[in-house]
Amino acid sequence: MSSRWKKVIAPVAVAAVLVALWHLLTYGAANEPAIAKTRFPTPWEVVLGFKHLLTTRPGEKAPQLVSSTVASVFRVMAGFNLAMLLGIPLGLLMGWYAGTYRALNPLVQLLRPISPIAWIPIAILMFKNDEPRSIFLIFVSTIFPITTAAAAAVQNIPQVYIRSAANFGCDGWSLFKKVVLPASLPQILTGLRLALGVGWIVIVAAEMIAVRSGLGRLIQDARDATGRLDLIVATMITIGAIGIGLDALVRRLENVDQIKWGYAKRG
Amino acid sequence: MRGAQKTFSEPGKPAIEVLSGVDLDVAEHEFVCLLGPSGCGKSTLLNMCAGFESIDGGTIAIDGEPVMGPDPRRVFVFQEYAIFPWMSVWDNIAFGLQGRSDAQRHEIARHYIELVGLEGFERAYPRELSGGMKQRVGVARALAVNPDILYMDEPFGALDSLTRLNLRSQLIQIWRREKKTILFVTHDIDEATQLGQRVVVMSARPARIKTIVDLSGLAYPRDIDSAEYIQARDRLFEEMGVSTRV
Repeated sequence: MSSRWKKVIAPVAVAAVLVALWHLLTYGAANEPAIAKTRFPTPWEVVLGFKHLLTTRPGEKAPQLVSSTVASVFRVMAGFNLAMLLGIPLGLLMGWYAGTYRALNPLVQLLRPISPIAWIPIAILMFKNDEPRSIFLIFVSTIFPITTAAAAAVQNIPQVYIRSAANFGCDGWSLFKKVVLPASLPQILTGLRLALGVGWIVIVAAEMIAVRSGLGRLIQDARDATGRLDLIVATMITIGAIGIGLDALVRRLENVDQIKWGYAKRG
Repeated sequence: MRGAQKTFSEPGKPAIEVLSGVDLDVAEHEFVCLLGPSGCGKSTLLNMCAGFESIDGGTIAIDGEPVMGPDPRRVFVFQEYAIFPWMSVWDNIAFGLQGRSDAQRHEIARHYIELVGLEGFERAYPRELSGGMKQRVGVARALAVNPDILYMDEPFGALDSLTRLNLRSQLIQIWRREKKTILFVTHDIDEATQLGQRVVVMSARPARIKTIVDLSGLAYPRDIDSAEYIQARDRLFEEMGVSTRV
């Protein structure tokens, strides 16, 4: 058996067993009209739920599931990119200049543990429209982990790299470009992965409470309007799958030659 | 360089006195080993010579000019692999050559890659190299800027003994060909006996110079089976206060 096969076979087997179990546990109640509304859907019903979400197009050109996914992904990307744009330079500055770190770190550490959910009322009051609201929420939930990771990355650069560079007369912008930034990239990337994961979790909550579209809203609508658990479960599975996809996107960067060294197994 | 002069003395930090009044003169093109027990402060001395650490008393001067900070004319080779893991072998070796024309950079990098025997590995990244190869990149990177002095801080300390022996003989060849002044820190008596024209034996912390053993009578390449070699080595064992019997 090829090693590739081996990698696939265990998770597939586990999934098959779980789906079978799920079917056995939910199938019995499928024909009980008394609890039809509140019972958990069977796997097949969830498949039909997917079909429903992929065929209904309420006033839009794209199917519901697609347009919601696009909306959520766009918001996360917009907020995350803004957070990177500000958070990475800020973190690098904090990591390099002890004074900047002393001045800003208490503030960052105070804001960082506040649940992004706690920002939702502020977002609602500050922004009227869905997009700025959700982008703001993603921004505040991702900027602190990004900044913290970038600052720590610079602080953890081994002294020999800095000394070596100084020895060859490398300083200023050149030192930053050739040594400081590449030396901190692997750790920054780990921070970005974490932040993107947080952003994807937060967007669902934000849409459920404060936004009128997106995957979070799709779940909320399925509950409020139609009361269909099959649609809720289908949407949740979609959220998980997109989450894997976003993470894989960032992970691909870990294989770039200039970054890969930071992840090699340590001797 | 006309006989580099280094005189160093430190009245003592309030906390720990690492070096107490070290006086040493090193001549141009000389190979000097600083030999001492681990943690005695010989690395600190080397770091001060390189300008990485400040001098708290006394002076270190090269060609009469006090050391004020790191300088490409004197390059440090670290024990830890200080070559940059995000750069290829080629880019590492050419690192110190900024400001030269592309053609010049190319020619110099080419020359030192060949000198340390890394042809064919130009595009490789450090993680793909063995420890010995990494350290050869470190030496090539240092030599590429054509420094007057090489400071080597236990550069082969992390390698296995065969690789170490190999790299020492390569280092001797390079030193004789390129005519550098080398200050080499080690705690390994055999290493010091094989490499140094003079061996500066240092005491435990706070480090002082115990004695300076002149090995310039031993011709290179040194025969580690010869009676003279063994005599010289035993002398160092004695100076270090270590028995030659295990």
